[in-house]
Amino acid sequence: MTDSKYFTTTKKGEIFELKAELNSDKKEKKKEAVKKVIASMTVGKDVSALFPDVVNCMQTDNLELKKLVYLYLMNYAKSQPDMAIMAVNTFVKDCEDPNPLIRALAVRTMGCIRVDKITEYLCEPLRKCLKDEDPYVRKTAAVCVAKLHDINAQLVEDQGFLDTLKDLISDSNPMVVANAVAALSEIAESHPNSNLLDLNPQTINKLLTALNECTEWGQIFILDCLANYTPRDDRESQSICERVTPRLSHANSAVVLSAVKVLMKFMEMLPKDLDYYGTLLKKLAPPLVTLLSAEPELQYVALRNINLIVQRRPEILKHEMKVFFVKYNDPIYVKLEKLDIMIRLASQANIAQVLAELKEYATEVDVDFVRKAVRAIGRCAIKVEQSAERCVSTLLDLIQTKVNYVVQEAIVVIKDIFRKYPNKYESVIATLCENLDSLDEPEARAAMIWIVGEYAERIDNADELLESFLEGFHDESTQVQLQLLTAIVKLFLKKPTETQELVQQVLSLATQDSDNPDLRDRGYIYWRLLSTDPVAAKEVVLAEKPLISEETDLIEPTLLEELICHIGTLASVYHKPPSAFVEGSRGVQHKRLPGSAGSGESVESPDTGSAAGVSDAPPAVIPSQGDLLGDLLNLDLTPPTTTGPPPPATSGMQLGAMDLLGGGLDSLPPIPLRTDTPQSPQIPHQSPSPPDYSPTEVGPVDHTGPVKLGGDLGGSSTMGAGFGAPPAAPAASFSAPVSGGLDDLFDLGGGVGMPMGAYSPPKTVWLPAMKGKGLEISGTFARRAGVIQMEMTLTNKAMSIMTDFAIQFNRNSFGLAPAGPLQVLTPLSPNQSIEVTLPLNTVGPVMKMDPLNNLQVAVKNNIDVFYFSCQYPISMLFVEDGKMERQVFLATWKDISNDNEAQFQIKDCHLSSDAASNKLQGSNIFTIAKRTVDGQDMLYQSTKLSNGIWVLAELRVQTGNPTFTVCLKCRAPEVSQCVFQSYDAVLKN
Amino acid sequence: MINSLFLISHSGDIFLEKHWKSVISRSVCDYFLEAKEKAGDPENVAPVLQTPHHYLISIYRGKLFFLSVTQTEVPPLFVIEFLHRVADTFQDYFGDCSEVLIKENTVTVYELLEEMLDNGFPLATESNVLKEMIRPPTILRSVVNTLTGGSNVGGTLPTGQLSNVPWRRAGVKYTNNEAYFDVIEEIDAILDKSGTTVFAEIQGVIEACVKLTGMPDLTLSFMNPRLLDDVSFHPCVRFKRWESEHVLSFIPPDGNFRLMSYHVSSQNLVAIPVYVKQNISFLETGSCGRLDITIGPKQTMGKTVESLTVTIPMPKSVLSVNLTATQGTCTFDLTTKVVFWDVGKLNPQKLPNLRGSISIQTGAPKPEENPSINIDMKIQQLAISGLKVSRLDMYGEKYKPFKGVKYVTKAGKFQVRT
Repeated sequence: MTDSKYFTTTKKGEIFELKAELNSDKKEKKKEAVKKVIASMTVGKDVSALFPDVVNCMQTDNLELKKLVYLYLMNYAKSQPDMAIMAVNTFVKDCEDPNPLIRALAVRTMGCIRVDKITEYLCEPLRKCLKDEDPYVRKTAAVCVAKLHDINAQLVEDQGFLDTLKDLISDSNPMVVANAVAALSEIAESHPNSNLLDLNPQTINKLLTALNECTEWGQIFILDCLANYTPRDDRESQSICERVTPRLSHANSAVVLSAVKVLMKFMEMLPKDLDYYGTLLKKLAPPLVTLLSAEPELQYVALRNINLIVQRRPEILKHEMKVFFVKYNDPIYVKLEKLDIMIRLASQANIAQVLAELKEYATEVDVDFVRKAVRAIGRCAIKVEQSAERCVSTLLDLIQTKVNYVVQEAIVVIKDIFRKYPNKYESVIATLCENLDSLDEPEARAAMIWIVGEYAERIDNADELLESFLEGFHDESTQVQLQLLTAIVKLFLKKPTETQELVQQVLSLATQDSDNPDLRDRGYIYWRLLSTDPVAAKEVVLAEKPLISEETDLIEPTLLEELICHIGTLASVYHKPPSAFVEGSRGVQHKRLPGSAGSGESVESPDTGSAAGVSDAPPAVIPSQGDLLGDLLNLDLTPPTTTGPPPPATSGMQLGAMDLLGGGLDSLPPIPLRTDTPQSPQIPHQSPSPPDYSPTEVGPVDHTGPVKLGGDLGGSSTMGAGFGAPPAAPAASFSAPVSGGLDDLFDLGGGVGMPMGAYSPPKTVWLPAMKGKGLEISGTFARRAGVIQMEMTLTNKAMSIMTDFAIQFNRNSFGLAPAGPLQVLTPLSPNQSIEVTLPLNTVGPVMKMDPLNNLQVAVKNNIDVFYFSCQYPISMLFVEDGKMERQVFLATWKDISNDNEAQFQIKDCHLSSDAASNKLQGSNIFTIAKRTVDGQDMLYQSTKLSNGIWVLAELRVQTGNPTFTVCLKCRAPEVSQCVFQSYDAVLKN
Repeated sequence: MINSLFLISHSGDIFLEKHWKSVISRSVCDYFLEAKEKAGDPENVAPVLQTPHHYLISIYRGKLFFLSVTQTEVPPLFVIEFLHRVADTFQDYFGDCSEVLIKENTVTVYELLEEMLDNGFPLATESNVLKEMIRPPTILRSVVNTLTGGSNVGGTLPTGQLSNVPWRRAGVKYTNNEAYFDVIEEIDAILDKSGTTVFAEIQGVIEACVKLTGMPDLTLSFMNPRLLDDVSFHPCVRFKRWESEHVLSFIPPDGNFRLMSYHVSSQNLVAIPVYVKQNISFLETGSCGRLDITIGPKQTMGKTVESLTVTIPMPKSVLSVNLTATQGTCTFDLTTKVVFWDVGKLNPQKLPNLRGSISIQTGAPKPEENPSINIDMKIQQLAISGLKVSRLDMYGEKYKPFKGVKYVTKAGKFQVRT
């Protein structure tokens, strides 16, 4: 009695037979019939025509029959939605069954029926099941929410199931917790910005508790979820690590790898001198080794991940070289991966062993593997200098085997060895030349030709050798042709007397007979070089070549960091970030390793290091609010120059002056009126008044300009002194006379409708040189043409050159992240400063900071990694399309409850309402309507943040009263304070 | 998570499919079949494949491919582990994991798959729990079922699912209470031409068969637990006790299960039980070669080496061999070019030897590669790492169980290069 009999019924009319049996009165016959139907379905036959008959069998107390019918329903309900409705009643009834197994089964099956009409009926039973007294039902219901969300996301949100699911994270039963986490993780994937899995120390604690008790699969979900958390400090990070470490001994390799991910990530935050850090490193090695004795498929995934881990932390596995030795019967995909890791781990200590192994592999059967092994020998030579000689002799031995592909591969790598160690191993050239005829692959031919050209002076018959290649010039691949051209030119420059004919031949072949533009162009270049200046040609062609680097295939560090956060996922197998291949990259967030903020490597911040654990005290480098918003500082608009070293405050001054005088400047060429054209100020900074400007006091627009201007306008003699110095105190003296005597001028500027730039605070010192090992960073933020920019001045106050700058942000409230790498192209010499502009975007990971506009930054250079915090003006995030429709504004204003209203006062602001409106508009705060009541102007304004939060404002300006009142309404009231600060800052500069 | 599962025979025939979310057309398997075609040997098919809309993650077990389809980023190890668990379950239920048996039990298979995964999330993968819900088919039961109209599906809630010992079912009763432990060790080793060890490690597992009434709490202690480099445990083992006292303390699942697996690696010296003296050479001229292999005991701790076999995959150009063995039988498979020598017991007084000539296709060049010799063997009553169980204590129940420990050492991937 087996089920294979069900497979035999393939004859026509079988459906009719089954139909009859399904409608039979005998229970046993019915069941047999359903079994037959299921069997047909399993092998992909279409038995959907039997839908009504099968559904009829559903009303039964026989559990097996019920289950079978459910199986059928799940498969075919989609194609028969109207019929599926018939089943709803039974489901609803089963959800009330006293037996929890049946309740769970019903809610589980209902979720699998992907028919919209049914989902409506599912809501009530699901709600009950989520609160069921039996944990088995609750855990099944948790998964059902994810199913429902997949079918109808809106419905799930409207019904509040997400909140219930969040509550289940605190459930008393670990299995329920695990399933809730799994469901939430899956839902979160389609909602990148929703804070569904809002991790805080309390939830983390609950997850860690559940981790110990739930099933192996639940542990994977929980560990993957934990990996997304960023601990507050190193102490929390250590305690999580301690509680995760036991998972490394789990029999399930997926649990092990997920645990490795959490540990690798959180380890970043641990100080390296901590004992625990060393212990953890030691604990990581054995489980990774054990993964390699599992089934080959598991080994493969493990190896791909180990490849990443070895690049990030080579110390973990440095003593475990032997486990990566290739076994004869490993599948080829495992062999190739092992080889890769062997090379990464190769060092002086183990190179002898590695070489012996590689030599062994070079005689194996599989061609791909042999080739890679030969290549690996070359890479060892380049990586471990002491072994180079031995590698070369091994390669020579291999060449002696005369196995064609081995020889070719060996020649390709020997070329690289020549590049790395010039003038050391040229004695082997003779042996190589013997094999010239057997080379048939372009890469090997090109390598050989390169060698002949490069060492033409030592090879007696170099011209003959190259000439022999020239015969079939047009049949060669481009690679070989290009190499041949260069080699012959080299030869000519070395032995001009004998090879004139040859070089002419190759030049004419390349330039006249070839259709390949690359080849032709190179030919012409050589030709002209040779004909105009042979000495220059020699310098160009025979120039000293830069040494090749050790490791050519290392993963780029930022990508590596991201991949480390994705250990155990598909990304780690492909070595690509998920955004590169997950379909539509929906919900993909770039993950970053946490920086060891406050402690760890940055030993020079002992104040925060010792205060670790109490994270409330912000590091001393944060500029205090007062510094940023102090009334006196805000004269500076924006420093538009990205080149040249003018002190930022002064270059801002120019613009201040221009704006002031905007009304009278029509006659002038369009000098920097707009701040969003940073390249415009091309005026030489130190030049005296250019003659083409009118010789009045308005003319000169360079440094000295405003000095004269200031003097003329306000007669303040302190002005000149003020500009070179830090902007704090002297600037005040400028703002005072301006506001006092030039109100009309301001109005004029405003009235003309001059677009004013967005407000940007002056640069402040973020990282003092003392804490940056000589690197001083000062900077500010600006919004230019819709792009948020971070503008920094990097000053090297140390004695040595600084290079390799890179920057990274911690997660922050608005997801600010660098839109590109930090562009510091030239090394920074001692006492040199450089201005850097870093464009930012707002698609980074989000975490609420306190204060809201706080940003933690890590800057790396060749010396160390430095951390500092700074605060950005929130006005930077105001987007250009923040103007609300009048009607919408009205409705929204009414809609937002009065609890979310905040009122602030701006004192000492001598602007008219129009001027204020104009100024604010420059920072993307838009006036929608204006009303005048009893001599008081009411401006209704809207602005929108980059993350879509709208802020509505009412600004009251009483003529003659320097105190403005601003009233802010927003659905997210926590931003109000920041927005007010921006108002204050924008209006007062 | 896991969307669908396809079972594909090694010839490329898709004979079973199961979808946990929406149905994915089986045409998605074409990508896999193409990769399989390319790989030649079914064992060389890469386990993770990418297609325009899906990811295919597969394992190869018992001449079958278990191919799962996922649409989102999932941990591949999670999928692979799960697929192996599916295969294990089939083996457990049907005695073997083969196409014929799966077809014979297709409805049970379908029911099992439904219980094991819900919406792509694993649901019940413990064999104890599954067996409570879906009874494994036995001849007796199917006869009874036919007579009484009974069913294979249990009507009770899988109680284990809810307790804090989900792996053990409640109310277990036996008349004979017994607990057996098998310590099984496999040596993976690579020896080079001269017989020196290039690499050697021991993979050990302790398989348990526990049939005890009630809720017994067991403690297993070793004479020398510090020998073990890396251990991984069945979820039932209390990790804290292992860390502090190096004893295994656990409430066992009912029936057969793997208590722990461990790893003794190159850091400790690994004893190599046999040595191989070999000489395989191909003459530079003429189409023949010579083979001479002698095997002798090395570090066997006084135990006998049994079931000794030698497998030598010859180069493809080898036409035939003419070998004589002093002991056992030697065969040569003409299609796979594999020499297989079944030696049997290793007698230290009279060492087995295999020698003779190899003939190569006329005109074919001297083979480039050297064949490697793969050894398989078994040593009873010995754990080659030296691991010894010292005692087993039981708490929580009153009766006296019958206890037993068995040791066996096998060759894993034991390879000699020539």
